[in-house]
Amino acid sequence: MEEAVTKPTKKGGARLCCICNQSRAALKRPKTLEQICKECFYEVFEEEIHQVIVDNQLFKPGERIAIGASGGKDSTVLACVLSELNRRHNYGLDLFLLSVDEGITGYRDDSLETVKRNEVQYGLPLKIVSYKDLYGWTMDEIVKMIGLKNNCTFCGVFRRQALDRGASLLKVDKVATGHNADDIAETVLLNILRGDIARLSRCTSIVTGEDGPIPRCKPFKYTYEKEIVIYPCSLKCSVVIEKFTYAYFKRLDYFSTECIYSPNAYRGFAREFIKDLERIRPRAILDIIKSGENFRISTSTKMPEQGTCQRCGYISSQKWCKACVLLEGLNRGLPKLGIGRSRGLNNDNKKEKDVTQSNGAKSIESKQCGTLDF
Amino acid sequence: MACDSSTCQSNCYKRQLVEEEPIASKSGDSNKQSVCVKCKAKEAVSGAGEDGRFCRECFRSNLYGKFKLAVTSNAMITPSDNVLVAFSGGPSSRVVLQFIHEMQQRAQKNFDASKDRSLPVFGVGVTYIDESAYHSVPSCEIDEAIEDIRSIVSNLAPPAKELHIVPIEGVFALDSLDCERERLKTLLDSVSDATGKEDLLLHLRMLTLQKRRSAAFDGVVQDVFTHKYLRLQVASENGYNRLVLGLCTSRIACHVITATVKGQGYSLPADIQYVDARWEVPVVLPLRDCLASELNMFCHLDGLKTLEFSNGPCSGINGLVSSFVKLLQEENPSRECTIVRTAGKLTPFHFNRIPELNDSNVPLATRRRQKRFNLKPNESISSESFCPLCFSPLSKSDLSSLSSFESCQDYDILGAACSSCRFQIFPKDPSSMEHFYSVLPQPLLIRAKKCSNGNRSLLRQFQKDGSNLQPTSNIDNQVLAAANCLPKE
Ligand SMILES: [Zn+2]
Ligand SMILES: [Zn+2]
Ligand SMILES: [Zn+2]
Ligand SMILES: [Zn+2]
Ligand SMILES: [Zn+2]
Repeated sequence: MEEAVTKPTKKGGARLCCICNQSRAALKRPKTLEQICKECFYEVFEEEIHQVIVDNQLFKPGERIAIGASGGKDSTVLACVLSELNRRHNYGLDLFLLSVDEGITGYRDDSLETVKRNEVQYGLPLKIVSYKDLYGWTMDEIVKMIGLKNNCTFCGVFRRQALDRGASLLKVDKVATGHNADDIAETVLLNILRGDIARLSRCTSIVTGEDGPIPRCKPFKYTYEKEIVIYPCSLKCSVVIEKFTYAYFKRLDYFSTECIYSPNAYRGFAREFIKDLERIRPRAILDIIKSGENFRISTSTKMPEQGTCQRCGYISSQKWCKACVLLEGLNRGLPKLGIGRSRGLNNDNKKEKDVTQSNGAKSIESKQCGTLDF
Repeated sequence: MACDSSTCQSNCYKRQLVEEEPIASKSGDSNKQSVCVKCKAKEAVSGAGEDGRFCRECFRSNLYGKFKLAVTSNAMITPSDNVLVAFSGGPSSRVVLQFIHEMQQRAQKNFDASKDRSLPVFGVGVTYIDESAYHSVPSCEIDEAIEDIRSIVSNLAPPAKELHIVPIEGVFALDSLDCERERLKTLLDSVSDATGKEDLLLHLRMLTLQKRRSAAFDGVVQDVFTHKYLRLQVASENGYNRLVLGLCTSRIACHVITATVKGQGYSLPADIQYVDARWEVPVVLPLRDCLASELNMFCHLDGLKTLEFSNGPCSGINGLVSSFVKLLQEENPSRECTIVRTAGKLTPFHFNRIPELNDSNVPLATRRRQKRFNLKPNESISSESFCPLCFSPLSKSDLSSLSSFESCQDYDILGAACSSCRFQIFPKDPSSMEHFYSVLPQPLLIRAKKCSNGNRSLLRQFQKDGSNLQPTSNIDNQVLAAANCLPKE
């Protein structure tokens, strides 16, 4: 109904690509519904990302950049595109792959295999940081200790820090994550639905955590998930192609990158809604992001003061950071410590709300704990 | 409480789900036979009130209390006002009509009892916009509905309320009803997007509810249309200075999401406040804090007659959003409140308040009360540029795209439209712009011309000030790339 009508360019004949007007159109571009040829698709896909990087000055020459690599489609395509653009446009970046191993038996193995293949394929050095090394606990051990009810608190807090700690081990200047336009649109909606005005004001920023230890950026901010899914069909990502398209059509890819411990009916509604919107109006995804950018939020919504954790030095508005509180609980055999209304170690401090907000500041912007494409 | 649901630190929502479950079940069957939580005497009526634990009387007074608080704390209605209630026949507008009537009755009682009779009683009129031209409802059904409306309104007396029944196509102010119907059809047919069509109709409805007399109109086209537009002046020609809409929390929640989805995040706060005085006749929303389910319940309990039209459900984006919000509301009965509360934290505009009353006819107490409750000017955004089509305030980046439009054709005044109107209402083919312009109703064009002049002078001022009009991000390019619907010249 709302789809743009594409007119045949030749009477009766095959449609020509509406960008180059030479080759036969091979696909309907998900973002614009233009009929274009394969070559033009890769061209516009990559150059749009390049333009986003340039316009927003995401990188400076000589910087060391870690790509948060989960083995999922977003981060794999990000690694592929960034190394290509770095070469083509002489960004002068040192790129690294950074992965987190939570220690969940039988679940991470596949994705870590993918990351290792990426390492070889793009010639990017890979660093894998494990929960076991960083915290002394694997996720399996944590779940054994506390049961399934509150484990996602651990997933989220630990992964956020793990990525930062891994990044500082690599001495990188910035972490690039594979959040795509669909993710950001979803986050905007979820923050409206939850009434989280503080996060709503930040969640569309392309660079976050500039006040934190290591800033994060999202080069795929305007890139449609559907296009990320088609992209690996090019020769450039040949190794991963089959796995991806296969996984996609088998509907394994998205679901398999969710934390197996996380039930999430709620988030499902928003994801489904965005897919429905995209079906009748592809531009809705960009429009939601645009709304998110233009929301008038008064600056009096203040962030809590940032200090550092007395125990590990990680950024924290409290005496101890969230991870250290949770760890202390685990180590003392009191796993409920730090979950929910934070009583206990930081009891002298005001409210849990502050903890949430401070962690949210450099958070992965509500990308679900279980989603490994951080 | 769930309405204030805090977020899980890990962003995974799991905790939130766990918290919300018990609340969801509370409103279900477990509390059926309980006693009213307010008076602790009578039996609670299931479904009454947000948590379904009020008795009939407490539910009623609670709902009226929300209405009354919204009216008084925003100075919506003062004794010297003459308010027009937009009545659609649905439960929301039925309840708002009922409450306004009760308020007026009380004022009348006070007036009759007082010795000096210094405080006048505010006047009430009712208007019904007949949209049968668009919805193609059988004429017998319409006649029946109008008969019902007449009896509803006449039963709400004393004080008597004038009823204005206005066909939506009257907005075109042509020679005959048939011409107007034809024109409405042509205009709506020229909009290919289903959502755009619905939204355009909404804009026409607001235009119809508002006054259409303006200086330009008077001077240039008055003699042609004189006999017509007299019939059309719904609000201000009849001396109304407030337009009361029955928009409730649930409808506003849907609007928050639809506006977000259409890229109207900037202008969104303008539409969802208690008061919206950007129109010639300020619009007020006294049911902003009432849920649709409560209003339905109220009509049911009070035996208020409502009218159902076979309009068919909304299609496109609007329909998708309302089923999404419905789903969320079923999952958590406080979701609609949360959505409206979030959007309520966005900064409103300077016109989201009743203009200061300096009229010496207005009692001092009223003025004082108004001062106390109104927004402080520094809390709101001062914006003077509006989309000529939907009249939503334009962001700086919207305005900056205006500079690329050369003003050489009549229809170029539409060039300053917001990106949403350009995408979903404007014809996709630039060569159809002239035709589209030619079938728009005069009052809209007059307003558009004003908007356009205002926008251009604002733009010139910005350029002179050297302020940055460039889009702050490249989202606009992204959106433009996706839209390809702009007349490129
Ligand atoms: Zn091509
Ligand atoms: Zn989890
Ligand atoms: Zn710490
Ligand atoms: Zn009671
Ligand atoms: Zn508009």
